[in-house]
Amino acid sequence: MTNRFTTVGLAGGLIFGASVAFAQQADITIGQQLEPPHLDPTSAAAGAIDQVVYSNIFEGLTRFGPDGSVGPGLARSWDVSEDGLTYTFHLAEGVKFHDGTTMDAEDVVFSLNRARAEDSANAQKALFAGITDVVATDAATVTVTLSNPDGAFPFKMAWGDAVIVAPESIDGIKTTPIGTGAFMFDNWVEGDRIELKKNPEYWGEPAMLDAVTFKFISDPTAAFASMMAEDVDVFAAFPAPENLPQFDADPRFKVLVGSTEGETILAINNKQAPFDNVKVREAVAHAINRQEIIDGAQFGYGTPIGTHFAPHNPDYVDLTGQSGYDPEKAKMLLEEAGVTLPLKVKMTLPPPSYARRGGEIIAAQLRQVGIEAQIENVEWAQWLEGTFRGKDYALTIVSHTEPMDINIYARPDYYFQYDNADFQALIAKIDVESDPAARSEMFKQAQQVIADDYVNAYLFQLPLITVAKAGVEGLWENAPTQAADMTAVHWAE
Amino acid sequence: MTDLRADHLPPSGAPVRLWGRALKSRSLVLGAALTLIFVLAALVSFLWTPFDVTGIDIANKIKGPSARNPLGTDHFGRDILSMIMVGARVSIAVAFVAVGIGMAFGVPLGLWAAARKGSLLDEVIMRGNDLVFAFPSLVIAILITAIFGPSAVNAIVAIGIFNIPVFARLTRSGALTLWQKDYVLAARVAGKGAARISVEHILPNVTNLLIVQGTIQFSLGILAEAGLSYVGLGAQPPTPSWGRMLAESQTMISFAPHMALFPGLAILLTVLGLNLMGDGLRDLFDPKLRGRS
Repeated sequence: MTNRFTTVGLAGGLIFGASVAFAQQADITIGQQLEPPHLDPTSAAAGAIDQVVYSNIFEGLTRFGPDGSVGPGLARSWDVSEDGLTYTFHLAEGVKFHDGTTMDAEDVVFSLNRARAEDSANAQKALFAGITDVVATDAATVTVTLSNPDGAFPFKMAWGDAVIVAPESIDGIKTTPIGTGAFMFDNWVEGDRIELKKNPEYWGEPAMLDAVTFKFISDPTAAFASMMAEDVDVFAAFPAPENLPQFDADPRFKVLVGSTEGETILAINNKQAPFDNVKVREAVAHAINRQEIIDGAQFGYGTPIGTHFAPHNPDYVDLTGQSGYDPEKAKMLLEEAGVTLPLKVKMTLPPPSYARRGGEIIAAQLRQVGIEAQIENVEWAQWLEGTFRGKDYALTIVSHTEPMDINIYARPDYYFQYDNADFQALIAKIDVESDPAARSEMFKQAQQVIADDYVNAYLFQLPLITVAKAGVEGLWENAPTQAADMTAVHWAE
Repeated sequence: MTDLRADHLPPSGAPVRLWGRALKSRSLVLGAALTLIFVLAALVSFLWTPFDVTGIDIANKIKGPSARNPLGTDHFGRDILSMIMVGARVSIAVAFVAVGIGMAFGVPLGLWAAARKGSLLDEVIMRGNDLVFAFPSLVIAILITAIFGPSAVNAIVAIGIFNIPVFARLTRSGALTLWQKDYVLAARVAGKGAARISVEHILPNVTNLLIVQGTIQFSLGILAEAGLSYVGLGAQPPTPSWGRMLAESQTMISFAPHMALFPGLAILLTVLGLNLMGDGLRDLFDPKLRGRS
């Protein structure tokens, strides 16, 4: 049965392909590893959701550009009051949701109030914590009142978690998302693909493609094969860096290596003995040879980091020297800490290859200083449940892909259980500071504090590796947020 | 038919003739030689391997076969020959213990069922076997290791459970024919109980069958272990395992085929060797079956 449908589909595809062979290709297929659990970006942390819907289906008041800058989204402009407490957003006019309903100030009020409500399921409630009141002044103007001045408020409103949704369509958002974007949701074949089509009534610059298909291919070998067979046109966050030289050498393809906000760390359970001792954590940091991990696990793709901050950020401080590779020092520190060697600990590894491969290399490096890390490979669901929520781990490797997420260290209940009142005070101060110079200074200070406390072992900044057909243009090279923004993508003439 | 199976009780001069026939059997000699190579490799690996299998040497990663590394190095610069030697240890240990579990439970169950042929107990045991048979073994093995966590021990248990019905059925069918024998009748007349007859008369005469089947199950066990390791549910890193070596080399097969080739050959040759040996042993113990399969 299935076979027959496939054949029919294939034949149809061939006929269609032949008839438009002379016209410009106007559809694209994008491969990505993870399938989103559902399509509501305002109620889950899963990055795969934003990967599909951000800027394609849903838009926020502001939006991230390809370079990470914050620009106007549904709000074409905004004013900030003298005291920095009131933001007035001027909305674009004539914006319609995909179901034909009008997007106006009431929808913004609804969206923001829904996100900051007591029972909100939003994964980034901190983004909305400073809001005290949201008022629709008129149909095209929204006034947001904050409890404290916040220079980063437009940045916060650019997140995928802060997109504007409509009360009319909110009930079905998880399966049929209705937004204001340049693409509208068309079809979801679970386990296989999600199809978007062009929104003909888009309020802004219309999309250059007629249709976009997101195809989910979790296996790295299959990803390589589907790219080689040209089943997909683009593979976002290509999982097997070892294959890049082959794509590079093939004129059919191009490889884009950009930066992400993904700080890849060896997370340490700061509450679990003996890692509650800063000396033991420092020993771990010195036992690790970052370059070897980047070469071995990432085939050279990655930038070493010494703290939890993206190296392309202007406020980044290079602290890699402070935790340089020095196994002798690591052994000394372990001895000072009075740890009996060999120290047996558990290292939990989620599926991505940076974690699985990096974990094996780190285990070998730790063994050199007398720490026996027992590897336990787990699936994402187990990792989220046991490690992230349950905090039942000693060491684990993961990449933190949210932008500007150093504030997670101010959450003592976060999975690495780092509890430093001074640091929490510092982050609280940053939150209310609106002077850019002072903020920058404090961010630098914060990076130093977590590096001095050796909260985690900071490994490298995850690169964004995109493999695409040579003719595809307009892709984001970097990932300032998790997104596959297709609005400007097109085929070369 | 019954009297033809008298060769289950060989006369005293038989061992010499058996050896002579064994050495003439090509498949047996070849199979035993292949198996021996891997058993030896596994044993030697306890004392010596060319390189440390847990030692990561990124500078030497993905090198083809050379004088230094006869089978090349993997993506972490580890010596593939050393990994295959230690991997043999894991594969053989898992398969051996799994067959052991299958025999330890399956044979007594089979003997018991045969002794009480037609009873409710026989039904329960045999339908229980059918139940286990009805499940695809690898899928259940994946389920077991997924629930109890991936490790070599759980892989052994998972594979072992599926060996139980194989041995139970074989033992029962072998034992049923034996229960018709005159010497069993004689033993019963002499007042021996069913348990004692099973152990003293039936078991020794199904041993040949069990050895042949054991060899085949052994090769299936190695395949199953490789399969579980391949999906990440067998022995955990840094313990090398053939299946995981295959899985890890998968994305590199186009530019480093040696990384997949050698562990693949190791699996192929061991399984081939064990199967040839199993065939050879069957021919040896049961010459009437020669040429059939």
